[in-house]
Amino acid sequence: MATAIGVMTHAEEDTGLWSWLTTVDHKRIGAVYTVAGFIFFMIGGLEAVAVRTQLAVPNGTVLDADRYNQFFTMHALTMIFLAIMPMGAGFFNYFIPLQIGARDVAFPRLNALSLWIFLGGGLLLNSSFFLGGAPNGGWFGYAPLSSIEYAKTSGMTFYVVGLLTLGLSTLIASLNFAVTIINMRAPGMSMMRLPVFIWMVLVVAFLLILSLPVLTVGLLQLYFDRVWGTSFFSPATGGDPILWQHIFWIFGHPEVYVLILPSMGIVSEVLPVMSKKPLFGYSAIVFAGAAIGVLGFGVWAHHMFTTGLGPVPQVVFSASTMAIGIPTGIKIFNWLGTMYGGNIRFVTATYFSVAFIALFTIGGISGVMHASPPIDGHHQDSYFVVAHLHYVLFGGAIMGIFAGLFYWFPKMSGRMLDETLGKIGFWIMFVGMNLTFFPMHFLGLAGMPRRIYTYDADLGWDTWNMVATIGSYTIATSVLIFVINVIKTMRKDKDAGDDPWGGATLEWATSSPPPAHDFDVIPEVRDRDPLWYDRDHGIARAAVPEHNHIHMPPPSYFPLIVALGALLIAVGSMTHLSVLGLGAVIAIYGVWGWALEPTD
Amino acid sequence: MAAAAHETQPATQHATTTGIDNRKVMMWIFLASECLFFGALISTYLIFKGDSLVGPYPKEILNIPVTSTSTFVLLMSSLTMVLAVYGAQHGRLGMMKVMLLATILLGLGFLGFQAYEFTEFVHEGLGLTTNQFGTSFFVLTGFHGTHVAVGVLYLLSLLVASNRRTGLGRDRALHIDIAGLYWHFVDVVWIVIFTIIYLIPN
Repeated sequence: MATAIGVMTHAEEDTGLWSWLTTVDHKRIGAVYTVAGFIFFMIGGLEAVAVRTQLAVPNGTVLDADRYNQFFTMHALTMIFLAIMPMGAGFFNYFIPLQIGARDVAFPRLNALSLWIFLGGGLLLNSSFFLGGAPNGGWFGYAPLSSIEYAKTSGMTFYVVGLLTLGLSTLIASLNFAVTIINMRAPGMSMMRLPVFIWMVLVVAFLLILSLPVLTVGLLQLYFDRVWGTSFFSPATGGDPILWQHIFWIFGHPEVYVLILPSMGIVSEVLPVMSKKPLFGYSAIVFAGAAIGVLGFGVWAHHMFTTGLGPVPQVVFSASTMAIGIPTGIKIFNWLGTMYGGNIRFVTATYFSVAFIALFTIGGISGVMHASPPIDGHHQDSYFVVAHLHYVLFGGAIMGIFAGLFYWFPKMSGRMLDETLGKIGFWIMFVGMNLTFFPMHFLGLAGMPRRIYTYDADLGWDTWNMVATIGSYTIATSVLIFVINVIKTMRKDKDAGDDPWGGATLEWATSSPPPAHDFDVIPEVRDRDPLWYDRDHGIARAAVPEHNHIHMPPPSYFPLIVALGALLIAVGSMTHLSVLGLGAVIAIYGVWGWALEPTD
Repeated sequence: MAAAAHETQPATQHATTTGIDNRKVMMWIFLASECLFFGALISTYLIFKGDSLVGPYPKEILNIPVTSTSTFVLLMSSLTMVLAVYGAQHGRLGMMKVMLLATILLGLGFLGFQAYEFTEFVHEGLGLTTNQFGTSFFVLTGFHGTHVAVGVLYLLSLLVASNRRTGLGRDRALHIDIAGLYWHFVDVVWIVIFTIIYLIPN
């Protein structure tokens, strides 16, 4: 058994490819997550631009119907699972230990494993474009349209296997984050002193831990239907297509909060610092976040009002959906109250945060409109819903992520992003975002259905479709400006210092970028805003002891091996049993080596 | 008793906020996730109850005496698991190893019963795709059986590792304790599945 160790040598250097492949440092893993997520964000954005180009004029010929279906499906899958969630996971990885005063996450090697499985799953999903066609049944994969009788290409098999792989990665990461937050806090960091960002991560982790297994079951059932000929979802042989919708949305609705809560957390970090006053109503915003998490499990059927649920479920789910507007509204007033009377610094991160509040509120209000079944019957499957979800996910989640990028970039790289370019980029993105998505409200109410690949000229939809397409190119320009900003910033010298914003939370109490062990001395927490408390009470940072030996976990290549095994199992489930078997052997070998590897 | 308490709390263990080891906290949270996994599978079974368009139907084919026996075997494995944890926590390594071996054998016994049952059903004409009962039955009990098989491999790994020169190291009691949590969970889920499929009349 001991032979499992020592086949390859550990990286001795902390630079070079091998050191990155074997790293267990939460900061490096977080950085790779963020960069990979941003690359997928640009790929998903290009897919969206292609879709908008096709729809710019009536009877467009840029994409044919089949290619169009692949593009809008992959746009959604990429943005949700490969862009927003991983960029969120990048921040979680980087800042959970830094904000709670720990040296790493609870399970550093598991952290690396979830990263590699995510990258493998992302590549697997995107490789489908070159292997017989990408998924083409929507990110919700409604059966039986996703079953073998209506989706004959391997696209939806890629969907099933890709999402199972990504789900495994996400489950491992969520377990890790939950344990880290519960169990690895610095002395004095009680739950009600946790930064709001950390609270939101904790809610997100539990949402995923409790909803992913349900999606897993649904995907396995769809896999059995497609590959082994069962009929979970085929009505002709006793199956039930509505069952898929229930299973999918029991996962799918909590997933919506998985996407938005991290951004709510980021904005709750940025606004107090930029307003130079503590967050208004800390406990209210924490409990509101937890309430959103709990209620998020009781609203899924509002995606299914038009399936004929009957009056009682419609009323119940309508009421629970409206109820979720209450904690959301509380948060909006918390942010406004935080800024009210503050000495606000209007830096780019503030711009994105304020835009988040405004745009998310618009998306939230159109969301409450759908909570009413009769109105939902009118909106269902129209562009009005597309407008709503993009106000929440682009105006909400993405704006929040950009706020986080501008706020934390100095900590992650030691360099300040260019504020002028940042503000120019912000305004272009803000205008482009509204130009793209606001007209979709009109299109939806004028009867334009979602997911159609083209439309006729005499329907009165021409103008707003052209406007939306111009808007999508505007957004693409703003993303390009951000990329230029990052490249430009990385070429200059480190100029940020430890604490460029005068931050309140612990990540600003160490150098930028932080050393491998995060803190020379684990800080002691005396208040919700520990750095401000120490500053106001004249408490100096603890001196570093002379012989400061800090033990950090050594690098490991076993996460890479286990991830390779998992990926081969996934590929094997679509190709040949022998590949699956090989993957299982590699995975088991990796787990054994992992268990026996010394971590001292 | 003081010595026993010392056994379960090794002095070298990293200090955690709750005082409980990270790995144990993770197993508890993972089991919460597993509840939803089996919840979805059991719900599917219940939704398809009575929806089979062709036979064989459950009441024609389920062999309650045989499966009651296999259920007894699995429940006894929880007893031996408890004794293995007791042995590990009190430094009685011989007892720990024997009881781990007994748990593994009982788990294998349960899997043997399941293999027999599946083979019999197929002989009597009930396959995975025959009807909705076959589909939901095989998928639900199959995934449970997979969990038992993973548990057997898990315990086997611990048993093999405990025979190394260094044994299971200073976290011995913890390792066995966490494996026990998983094992008992798989056991409890079976009680629910057994009740729903076999005991509640169709």
